[in-house]
Amino acid sequence: MSAVVAEHDDHHDHHDHGPEKGFLRWIITTNHKDIGTMYLVFALIMFFVGGTMALIIRSELFEPGLQFVDPQFFNSMTTMHALVMVFGAVMPAFVGLANWMIPMMIGAPDMALPRMNNMSFWMLVAGVLLLASTLFMEGGAPAAGWTLYPPLVLQTGKAFPFAIFSVHLLGISSIMGAINVIATIFNMRAPGMTLMKMPLFVWTWLITAFLLIAIMPVFAGAVTMLLTDRFFDTSFFDAAGGGDPVLYQHIFWFFGHPEVYVMILPTFGVASTIIPVFARKPLFGYASMVYATGAIAFLSFIVWAHHMFTVGLPVAGELYFMYATMLIAIPTGVKVFNWTATMWKGSMTFETPMLFSIAFVVLFTMGGFTGLMMSVAPSDFQYHDTYFIVAHFHYTLVPASIFILMAAGYYWLPKWTGHMYNEKIGQLHFWLSAISVNILFFPQHFLGLAGMPRRIPDYAIQFADWNMVSSIGAFIYGFSQLLFVYIVIDTIRGGTGEKVTDEVWEDAAKHGLEWTVPSPAPYHTFTTPPAVIPTEHF
Amino acid sequence: MSDELRQKNTKLVKKLVIVALLMFGFGYALVPIYDVLCSITGQNAKLEESVETEQSFVVDENRVVNVEFITSVNESTPLDFHVETRSMKVHPGQYYTVNFYAKNNLPQQIKVQAIPSITPGLAEEFFKKVQCFCFELQTFEANEEKSMPVRFVVNPMLPERYKTITLSYTFFDRTNNTEN
Repeated sequence: MSAVVAEHDDHHDHHDHGPEKGFLRWIITTNHKDIGTMYLVFALIMFFVGGTMALIIRSELFEPGLQFVDPQFFNSMTTMHALVMVFGAVMPAFVGLANWMIPMMIGAPDMALPRMNNMSFWMLVAGVLLLASTLFMEGGAPAAGWTLYPPLVLQTGKAFPFAIFSVHLLGISSIMGAINVIATIFNMRAPGMTLMKMPLFVWTWLITAFLLIAIMPVFAGAVTMLLTDRFFDTSFFDAAGGGDPVLYQHIFWFFGHPEVYVMILPTFGVASTIIPVFARKPLFGYASMVYATGAIAFLSFIVWAHHMFTVGLPVAGELYFMYATMLIAIPTGVKVFNWTATMWKGSMTFETPMLFSIAFVVLFTMGGFTGLMMSVAPSDFQYHDTYFIVAHFHYTLVPASIFILMAAGYYWLPKWTGHMYNEKIGQLHFWLSAISVNILFFPQHFLGLAGMPRRIPDYAIQFADWNMVSSIGAFIYGFSQLLFVYIVIDTIRGGTGEKVTDEVWEDAAKHGLEWTVPSPAPYHTFTTPPAVIPTEHF
Repeated sequence: MSDELRQKNTKLVKKLVIVALLMFGFGYALVPIYDVLCSITGQNAKLEESVETEQSFVVDENRVVNVEFITSVNESTPLDFHVETRSMKVHPGQYYTVNFYAKNNLPQQIKVQAIPSITPGLAEEFFKKVQCFCFELQTFEANEEKSMPVRFVVNPMLPERYKTITLSYTFFDRTNNTEN
């Protein structure tokens, strides 16, 4: 992003200066907008790295038989695709949005802990590079799945300790980011910005940050146990020494289930921010949205074993985890109905951010329904480890989290750059994405119900047709995303040339403080707190 | 940033770091918690808990349960390991003995541990072993061959729906493990 130093006429004190000159600016910056930009650019690059891995997987699965890669490398691809997308793309993208938007939304001059902010970004880069380096090691990258289940993961070659340490780095980076978000929201809000006046994106991030602090250390502990099992003769998961590999699954999913909500809660927040603006109505049920987010976060801690129905749980355990999981549908349903009610009788317009948001509401709901199907323990035995689960979680991640990240990009790009993006190409990007994502993932439901297992490089011939359809969808979807890169670069360079107003979108200033500062947003915003807090909710 | 705000931030950060450290500890606390929950629910009976003295049951002559035996070695454990019969029909309540054989393929001493597993898992609490080589670490001298009897009984309380119980043993090489 080009330097966005606009003169602004608030008073200047001696801290208030523009960015450093030259490349060093990006290394040493403590400015929340610079760090936010770096997070977002890094996430976009990782989105394409992870996407390339997905296309390698889909190429191999285009036809039955082994075509392009050997099975070990295929397994590395499924593992690395997941790790890169989760820890390198989706989570950093939301941290980037948090960095850019939270201070501007609550009327704060910056994040509470700017130096730690810089450190957590560079630690993320180090962690992801360390992870990527395992691809070139003897024995290949980790190939036991992103869940890193023992005993299989203990057979990883030279890459094993590097993968573990990269998880440690990514965990520390996330925890520091989360601490920063909590400190910013608790201590830096402008006078009058009470908790229940905060935009929902801020609320959902606050809750997400607490989730991160609670779960990342548990994951760090689990992988440390793997490390000591392999190198220091402990027997946490080693049956020979009285350990139990199933214990790892419990610890992992105690982390893993809240972790998937770490990726979806900020998604809910952005959707709740965008939909009211384009429906030209206040968000329906603001308070219920806040409580629903809290309820989902709480429930995420007590449902983890629904990932392990087939492991041999006692019947009472199966029943408990089944009913507890079903409960999640209630607060999630509240949210979906609230978004729908927000749009009801609104004066809707369908710019690209709104299109992505509407597609999110529809397609995320479908992903939620398949989740509900799998919460039924007896039928989960059929779905477990098949393409049905692959279809399920991709529906809750791609046309949900990724679509909303795209929506956020279109929504805030004019504020970030001061230029308008090309609406025509934006809509083309949307329609190509929305259609191809369904060609890509919908057939995987059929494959899963027919019994095709996940994480395999080859399959029985009865699965050939739908796999081919799915792969075609994957290539259309993957290459469509290049349009987004084009639009981002084009917008930074001037976009349509149209001068954007401070508000950018009609009446947006009623919905959030970020629309009251100039476009592009000056390097420093709200060095004096805003006088008026928007009251029409958000 | 004012000093007051700085202090407020530092205080909050300290609290949150403590929470993170406690959660790291909680991950490790799950290990003993898991053991306790397993023993309450009767899942994953661990080694020492399998040892029991012989108690007598009323033999149910009318009922026959099929007991299958599986032997395997983990990774490169240098053992030949087999059992005298693949399966046997047993009456619940009656004690039986079955012999397992293992031979050390190396010209040096090895230490190995057998880990039992019973399927279906919910039948585990009804399958009692009073003598088993899996109760302790086994030492094999160079090229030594051993016959190892397992004495077991199926509790007549075993629910009707269980017709077959599979007992599997896996030998793990523990020669180089320091803790032993």
